[in-house]
Amino acid sequence: MPWFEDIELNVKTELGSHTFTEEEIIRFARKYDPTPFHVDPEAGKDSPFGGLIASRWHTAATWMKLMVPHVLGRQEQPDEMGRTPAAGPSPGILDVQWPAPVRPGDTISYSTTPVEKVEMRSRPDWGILKSRNEGVNQRGEIVLRFIGQALIQRKPKTGEEK
Amino acid sequence: MPKYYWEDFKVGDTLEFGSKHVTREEILEFAREFDPQPFHLDEDAAKKSILGGLCASGWHTTAMLKRMICDAFVRESASVGIPSIEEIRWKKPVYVDDVLSVKRTCIERRTSRSQPGMGLTRFAYEVFNQKQEVVMTMVGWVKYGRRHADEAVEA
Repeated sequence: MPWFEDIELNVKTELGSHTFTEEEIIRFARKYDPTPFHVDPEAGKDSPFGGLIASRWHTAATWMKLMVPHVLGRQEQPDEMGRTPAAGPSPGILDVQWPAPVRPGDTISYSTTPVEKVEMRSRPDWGILKSRNEGVNQRGEIVLRFIGQALIQRKPKTGEEK
Repeated sequence: MPKYYWEDFKVGDTLEFGSKHVTREEILEFAREFDPQPFHLDEDAAKKSILGGLCASGWHTTAMLKRMICDAFVRESASVGIPSIEEIRWKKPVYVDDVLSVKRTCIERRTSRSQPGMGLTRFAYEVFNQKQEVVMTMVGWVKYGRRHADEAVEA
């Protein structure tokens, strides 16, 4: 179901899970978020978190890592006329929260649920799909929650080849 | 001792910082691990796409902003993290060899009701490229320790 019009709202897709290792938490944080409790297990012990935790942006980027195969899969499914939509970027995200930290060894399961379609006056060939997205750890605690937005190509009108 | 406390940021204060050269190698490295869509990996696919050329994942731009924030303040401040982000907008593509910089504006602040030693500051960040175009904006609250938790404060 590749086009904007084809996407069903309020249907949750489980995107899979990712186990965060200490090594990758430190590697990400050294590059992008070198706060002591993200790069140094000893400093983490003395922090309010009581141990090393992943950068919030690492937790969030890993949602994207698992979302991409879902997005590409959607784009690669041809419709009844053999057409597939072009890839669309995201104009941004809303209401991002990290209610619990991610620690080494945690396994986070990510999901996405399309919740709203917004038509665009400025780009009539595209629409914005809003989604509710989550990451949940192995104890069922939410570690990431945000509203995503993606540009999805609209179905060309009959007879109009794209 | 931290250099910056909640008291050090007043509404309307602005600060410009950062100078991040975005290399092709970094764009590809981030995209391979976190966002392997064709317009972040492949020059030809990117040229044909709505983005017009190989460009960084929005998550990568956000991570680069975080790094510039870290380098500018966080390691010297009493910040205890980001309670929430209200909005991120990826307004323009970030292309190979762009140079990013940041302007931060304090737009609101208040003391914490539940934690008297803490205060909350609402910042708006704008990320510019070398042409002074805004490529990304972010608005969110940051929690800081207070230097004088017992003092009454006017926003």
